[in-house]
Amino acid sequence: MPTARAAGRTAGAAGKAAVRLGAVALAGVLLAACGGSPDGASDSAGGEVTLTVDLFGSFGYQESGLYAEYEKLHPGVTIKQTDTEDEADYWKSLQTRLAGGGGLADVQAVEVGRIASVAQQQADRFEDLRKHGADKLKSQFPEAKWTAATGKNGEVLGLGTDVGPEAMCYRSDLLAAAGLPTDREELARKWSTWDGYLDLGRQYKAKAPAKSAWLDSVGSLYSVMIGQQKERYYDASGKLIWDTNPALKTAWDTSVTAAHDGLSAKLDQWSPQWNQAFTAGSFATLPCPAWMLGYIKGQAGDAGKGKWDIAKLPGGAGNWGGSYLTVPRAAKHKKEAYELIAWLTAPAQQARLFQKQGSFPSATAAIGQIAGATDPYFSGAPIGSIFGDAAKAAPVQVLGVHDQSVAQQITNALGEVERKGTDPEAAWANARKGVENTIG
Amino acid sequence: MTLTAPTTTGPRAVSPPPALRRAWRKASPYAYLAPFFTLFAAFGLFPLLYTAFVSLYRVELQTPGEMEWRGLGNYTALLGDSYFWTALRNTFTIGVLSTVPQLVMALGLAHLLNYRLRGRTFFRTAMLLPYATSVAAATLVFAQLFGRDFGLVNVVLGLVGIDPVDWQTGTVASQVAVSTIVIWRWTGYNALIYLAGMQSIPRELYEAAEMDGASRWRQFWHVTLPGLRPTIVFTVVVSTIGATQLFGEPLLFEGSVSGGISHQYQTLGLYLYEQGWGFFHLGRAAAIAWVMFLLILLVVGANALIVRRRSRKEAGR
Repeated sequence: MPTARAAGRTAGAAGKAAVRLGAVALAGVLLAACGGSPDGASDSAGGEVTLTVDLFGSFGYQESGLYAEYEKLHPGVTIKQTDTEDEADYWKSLQTRLAGGGGLADVQAVEVGRIASVAQQQADRFEDLRKHGADKLKSQFPEAKWTAATGKNGEVLGLGTDVGPEAMCYRSDLLAAAGLPTDREELARKWSTWDGYLDLGRQYKAKAPAKSAWLDSVGSLYSVMIGQQKERYYDASGKLIWDTNPALKTAWDTSVTAAHDGLSAKLDQWSPQWNQAFTAGSFATLPCPAWMLGYIKGQAGDAGKGKWDIAKLPGGAGNWGGSYLTVPRAAKHKKEAYELIAWLTAPAQQARLFQKQGSFPSATAAIGQIAGATDPYFSGAPIGSIFGDAAKAAPVQVLGVHDQSVAQQITNALGEVERKGTDPEAAWANARKGVENTIG
Repeated sequence: MTLTAPTTTGPRAVSPPPALRRAWRKASPYAYLAPFFTLFAAFGLFPLLYTAFVSLYRVELQTPGEMEWRGLGNYTALLGDSYFWTALRNTFTIGVLSTVPQLVMALGLAHLLNYRLRGRTFFRTAMLLPYATSVAAATLVFAQLFGRDFGLVNVVLGLVGIDPVDWQTGTVASQVAVSTIVIWRWTGYNALIYLAGMQSIPRELYEAAEMDGASRWRQFWHVTLPGLRPTIVFTVVVSTIGATQLFGEPLLFEGSVSGGISHQYQTLGLYLYEQGWGFFHLGRAAAIAWVMFLLILLVVGANALIVRRRSRKEAGR
């Protein structure tokens, strides 16, 4: 726990310096051994600048042609992107590179679940964007998005990209095959509560096509439900409250019920099996934050076009995820990197990205611009209003340093209940042990 | 000075003064060895000692400036850490599951390859192919094969009426799957080492055995195996070290640092990685690294002891 560590005895200043040096060397050696460092080399000979951008998941800058346009607007700038699928993997390699101070990209994406760690623990490793004039962008963003990336001394450490208003994505062809309604309004009425959603799930299971489940995994059910809460793992004072938080318990119990009733396809999100299941039609519904739309399009491909649809989420509005673009202090081209992220996160570009990729804008002005947007891939669903309403009603969440790690332990424990039939009490105890092991 | 003049006398065009030459002759082996030891000091010894130092502190990757002295705390914590014991047990079971069949199969294959076969070179080269494949590529392919819903293994099992096995989730199933990858990669490699060992066994022994009317099986049992003993000891030691450090296969099998949702196939190497690079507890990870190092020394030492006792027994016979 952070408090216990601060109270403990610390080594002398000289020892500290020596250790930091050693840690750097150690990290460097291990990094070299893993061979996982992306190419950080960028040359600026003759006014030419190569900006490296390190992302995770599907941001869609490349796919929507934003890089190409930026390069056209700024002759001499070339943008190179590296992209890791799994958020946890990119964070590991980022931490290693930050500790070593080498191999860092000019632009680094950070997930909202990690931004508290950046703001509270690592403000000295990221560029204070006020130096480049980020102050005047403040009015572009909602208060909460802006303050989450603000350090103790007012440093501006990142600019908000998207947010994650939640909805429910579903396969209308599978629902029709099981004799359920496929109209998004009607479904939203039927699953206005989570109980209603589970009820429909049981009906689906009774008549479903073979090898098809109601939901991809109870982990995603839990994640989207916890996204409807203001306080999740920490309370507003920064205390860890996950194991006494009644809202978390409700999300856990609902997920356990779904697992016991056999409503899920028992997949692990982001695993290869999960990816394959998109084309195989292994599940009928998938709780989807706005950024998931790009992922679905990528995995289900052209064959899925028109089969998918989107309805309002059961149980009210919520937010899951959303990201920031930062500039590491060790980046080679800090000024140019700032100019790029300021452009990428400007309302016009955020609005375009939503049209193309589904990532819901965090810039206030962009939200107005996209209110009428629909998406042909998702049967023409009015994504602008569905996600716009959710974004307006979603709670402003309390963020903590270990949010992501605690969430991972709970999702693992739910996986045990779902896939191994572990007793929920035992699984909860495992989650608690896992959290202690992670944080301690 | 000239007392130990070189015994080979003869005309030399240019020769350095004897003293210098003698000094060089004494020093040259060390000079030739120096690059290795310099590299070892930089990339072997220093990290080893530095790891020992770090293992005595509480250090987090995000805040390396805040070091808190823990003494042996990181080590004693391991004793009460059920994840550590799980990892130790998994390392052992996966080690046995992979090493034993691997070496037995390698012996059999080497024995077959030792006969005159058509296309012998082809088979010998083919044996090395799995070893030449990268761990990542091999593991990703196997992870697909062992997929629960669409994996080929389950499809084949389904043909003979066996229900699909969840290779990732079950404890035994996942360990068998991980071991299969290890076996696939290393059997050929060990078979070639055995083959090399077999070829140093004198042919006359086989001819004599054949004349005595020994079957091929008896030849294998009474001529090949005893002749191969030093080679077998070598492969056992190397495989044991490899099994203790097993890392890439379980890591990539599901892409999870925790070795499955309930740590069911997490090895010591993976637990070290999870602590250091999943949770960023560098001090604790360093302690695990040292425990692993000591374990390997212990296992190798025990191995050597057994071998020495056996060979002494042989000599006494």
